[in-house]
Amino acid sequence: MRVTQGTFSFLPDLTDEQIAAQIEYCLANGWAVSVEYTDDPHPRNTYWEMFGTPMFDIRDAAGIMTEVNACRETFPNHYIKVNAFDSTRGRESLRLSFIVGRPGAEPGFSLVRAEGRRGSGIEPGP
Amino acid sequence: MNARVDHVPSRDGENAAPTAEESYDLEAVYRDSHVGEVLESLDRELVGLAPVKSRIRDIAALLLIDKLRRGVGLSSGPPALHMSFTGNPGTGKTTVAMRMAEILHRLGYVRKGHLVAVTRDDLVGQYIGHTAPKTREVLKRAMGGVLFIDEAYYLYRPENERDYGQEAIEILLQVMENQRDDLVVILAGYRDRMETFFRSNPGMSSRIAHHIDFPDYTAEELVAIARLMLQQMQYRLSEPAHEALREYIEKRRAQPHFANARSVRNALDRARLRQASRLFERKGGSICRQELETIEEPDIRASRVFSANA
Amino acid sequence: MRVLDDSKRAKSGAARYRPGVLKYAQMGYWNPDYSPSATDVLALFRITPQDGVEPEEAAAAVAGESSTATWTVVWTDRLTACDRYRAKAYRVEPVPGSPGQYFAYIAYDLDLFEPGSIANLSASVIGNVFGFKPLKALRLEDMRFPAAYVKTFAGPPTGIVVERERLDKFGRPLLGATVKPKLGLSGKNYGRVVYEALKGGLDFTKDDENINSQPFMHWRDRFLYCMEAVNRAQAATGEVKGTYLNVTAGTMEDMYERAEFAKELGSVIVMIDLVIGYTAIQSMSRWARRNDMILHLHRAGHSTYTRQKTHGVSFRVISKWMRLAGVDHIHAGTVVGKLEGDPNSVQGFYNVLREGRNPVDLQRGIFFEQDWAGLHGVMPVASGGIHAGQMHQLLHYLGEDVVLQFGGGTIGHPMGIAAGGTANRVALEAMVLARNEGRDIWNEGPEILQRAARDCAPLKAALDVWGEVTFNYASTDTPDFVPTPAVA
Repeated sequence: MRVTQGTFSFLPDLTDEQIAAQIEYCLANGWAVSVEYTDDPHPRNTYWEMFGTPMFDIRDAAGIMTEVNACRETFPNHYIKVNAFDSTRGRESLRLSFIVGRPGAEPGFSLVRAEGRRGSGIEPGP
Repeated sequence: MNARVDHVPSRDGENAAPTAEESYDLEAVYRDSHVGEVLESLDRELVGLAPVKSRIRDIAALLLIDKLRRGVGLSSGPPALHMSFTGNPGTGKTTVAMRMAEILHRLGYVRKGHLVAVTRDDLVGQYIGHTAPKTREVLKRAMGGVLFIDEAYYLYRPENERDYGQEAIEILLQVMENQRDDLVVILAGYRDRMETFFRSNPGMSSRIAHHIDFPDYTAEELVAIARLMLQQMQYRLSEPAHEALREYIEKRRAQPHFANARSVRNALDRARLRQASRLFERKGGSICRQELETIEEPDIRASRVFSANA
Repeated sequence: MRVLDDSKRAKSGAARYRPGVLKYAQMGYWNPDYSPSATDVLALFRITPQDGVEPEEAAAAVAGESSTATWTVVWTDRLTACDRYRAKAYRVEPVPGSPGQYFAYIAYDLDLFEPGSIANLSASVIGNVFGFKPLKALRLEDMRFPAAYVKTFAGPPTGIVVERERLDKFGRPLLGATVKPKLGLSGKNYGRVVYEALKGGLDFTKDDENINSQPFMHWRDRFLYCMEAVNRAQAATGEVKGTYLNVTAGTMEDMYERAEFAKELGSVIVMIDLVIGYTAIQSMSRWARRNDMILHLHRAGHSTYTRQKTHGVSFRVISKWMRLAGVDHIHAGTVVGKLEGDPNSVQGFYNVLREGRNPVDLQRGIFFEQDWAGLHGVMPVASGGIHAGQMHQLLHYLGEDVVLQFGGGTIGHPMGIAAGGTANRVALEAMVLARNEGRDIWNEGPEILQRAARDCAPLKAALDVWGEVTFNYASTDTPDFVPTPAVA
C-alpha cells in the first residue's frame, strides 16, 4: 500500500536532487521550509511531529537538505514530509507539502463499519 | 575563429590542446563573468593592500582558467577554495571576504554568494550537546555562500578539557571536506595565532588552499584612508591639521593595540567631537559653512597620543 | 421649447417637479460632475441605445430605472431625500471598435441596498431595466462594491485556504470528475464510478447539475452509496476524499433535509445549482458555515444571460455576487475545453474570485478596482471537455488554486475509470514538479507528459487516445481592449 498524501506521491519517489530543486523553488518564493515526521499517517492526523522549527532566512537548499537527511537518519521508519509556509496576507498557510521518507512497509488502512449505516471510519492496518 | 568556451563540448580524458582552428576567447569569458567589476570595486574601496589585491587577482585567474579547463574536459579535481586571512585588526579582512564571496559567485563556484560572519561564540555551546546544533544552524544559513570565521583560533582550547570547541572543529572539517560544492570557509585572525592553530590542527591546515596575509597599512596609506573617510563624512582638514594627522598616525602606529583603519576611524570621530565642542564654546557670532566643514589643528593635537612623551 | 441644449442638463427646484415628462438627464440621472464616493456601489453597463437616443440619455435612463425614477414626474419624490437616492450616470464613453455601443458608469448610494442581500442587489440593479424600450440591448459588465457593503456579507463559508487545510492538499490544483453518464445510473452503480475515480487518484467526484432525485435514483440512495465509495477510497489511499452531493431540491425544506443527511453521513462537501436562486444560495451558505461543510456551486443556466456580449449580465458580475453570497467553489471556465471561454476573460473571472484585491485590468475585463476587505477567496472550477494532454495549458492559464474536472477524461479512459484518475493525477503532479523546477511548461509540456507517461501506463494510454483533441472556436465574449486571440 502506498499512502498518496502530499503533492508528488503519484510520481516515483523523488531523488535528493529533485527534492533540492523543489526546496529552491520554495526559497525563491520566500517561503519558510520545515520538516515533519509521524508514524500515524491517518488522513485526519493534522499534527505531525516537527523536526526542528520552520527554517526562516535560509538562502540555499543545501542547508535544508542537511535537516531532511538528519531526520531520515533519526527516523528511518517514519513518514517524513517537507512543508513550505507562506506568511503573506490572505494565505498564511502551506504552499507545498510533499513526502520525502516512508517506512519500509506501509500498513495502510481498513474501514471500520457500524451497523445501521450511520457513518464509518478508517483505522490503521490492512 | 574564436569560440565561446561555454559551447565547447567536453571531451573526457583527451589531451585537448587547442588546435589551430580552436582557441578560447578568454576576454569574452572574463567579461561575461563580470568578475572585473568586483576587482575594480575592490581597488576603489580599499586603499593599499597591494599584495592582497594581487593574490585575489591570481586566485580569480586560477578559477577562471579552471573553469575553461573543465569546459574542455581537463579536470584537476574539485577546486580547493577554503582560505585563511591573517593580519592585524582593521586591515580589511572582512571587506575582502565579502568581495571574494562575490567573485566566487560570479565565477559559479558558490551558488548564492552571501557571506555569514561568525566568531567562536556563534559556533560553540556552553554545555554538552549544545555545540552541534549551534554549529549546524550557522552552517545551514551559510550554505550556498561563504562562512567567515573571525579569530578562528579561539575554537581550539586544549588547556580546557571541558571545552566544546573541538566538536565545532570536527563538524567544520567534515563539511569543508565533503560539501565543497555547498560552502566555502574563510578563517581569519592574527597571523602568529593562526599559525599556532594550524600547527595544532593539521586537518584544518590541509584543507586550506589559499593563505593570504594582510600587512599593516603604511603611514601614508593610513593618511589616505583617513582622507577617504573624511570625504565620505563631508569634512575637510586644514593644512596644519593635515600635518598634525600625519604625525598622529605615525606616533599611534607605534603604540600597542593599533587596529589600523579602525583606529584611524576612532581618531577621526574624536576629532569631530573636539571640533564640535570648540565651535560650541566659542558662542556668539554666526558659524559659516567653512567652519562647520573643517577640522582644525587643535582638534587633532588635543589627543593624548601627542602628550604621551610630556 | 428650448429642449436641444437643455436636454442633458438637470433641472432643479420647481421646474424639476412640475407634472409632465422630462428626459431622464433632466431629472438629474445624468451627472458628469459627480465624483463617486468611497461608499457608493458602482456599476458599468454596456448600452446599445435605439437609433435617435443620445447615449447620455440612455445612460441616465438606466440609472433612473434602476433606482428611483418612473416615466413621468411625480410630486411624491419631494417627500424623500431624492438627490441622494437617485442613481447617477457619471461617465459615458463609446466602446472601442463597436459603433453604437457605449460604456455607462453609474453610481448608487449605499442606502439603496439592504445589507447582506444579493436578492436585493440584483433586484435593484437588473430588476427593472433590461426590457426598457429606448435600449436595443443592455449588459451589466462589472460592479464595484465598497468595503462598507462587502462587510455586510459573510462570504465563502470555507474559502480556498481553509479548504486546502481541511483536505491537507497543497501545492497543486485539485482534481475532480463529474459522474457520467449525466443521468440514468442507479445508486449502486453511481457509487462504483465514484469509488473507482477517487481510488484512482482524483480528489473529488461530482454530481451533475440535474441529478437531484429522479425515478432511476432516489437522492438518499445516491448519498448512501457515494459515501460508502468515498470512505472505501479514503481507506485505500490514505487521503481525504469527497464527492459533491447535490442537495438541490424544489423547496428549502427539502434542501436542508438533504444537506443534513449528507452531513450525517460524513461528507466534507455539498453542492447546489445556481438555479435555486440567490436567496436560497445565501441560506445554504449560512448552513454550510454552521455545519463545517464546503459549498460547491454549479452555475447551471448562466449562459442564457452571460454569453452574448451585447445583452445580459457578464459572468464577471455573477462571480462577484456569488463571492459575496458565499460559495466555496464555482465553475468559472476552462479556456481550452468544450465550453465558451476566452483566456483573458476567464483569467479575469478567476482573479475576481481568488484575489484579495483586484486592480483595474482592462485586458482581462476588470473595469473597477475592487478590495475584497478580507472576504475569503472562492476556488474556481474548470470543467468541460478537458483532458490530461492539456495539463500544461491548464496550469499555465488557470494557476494552482483551481479544481480541474475531467469527467469524460476519467470515465472514458480505455483502461478503466481508476486508470483515468491515475492518468490525470500523474500528469498533473509531473507538470507541477516541472514548473517548480523552472522548466518552460508552455513549450515543453507535451514532452514532460510523454516522459511521465513512460512510468505510467494509464497516462500513456490517455495521451494516445486524446492527445490531439482541441476545441477551437472564436469566442463570443472577449474583452473589448484586445483583439480576439486564437485558442491554442
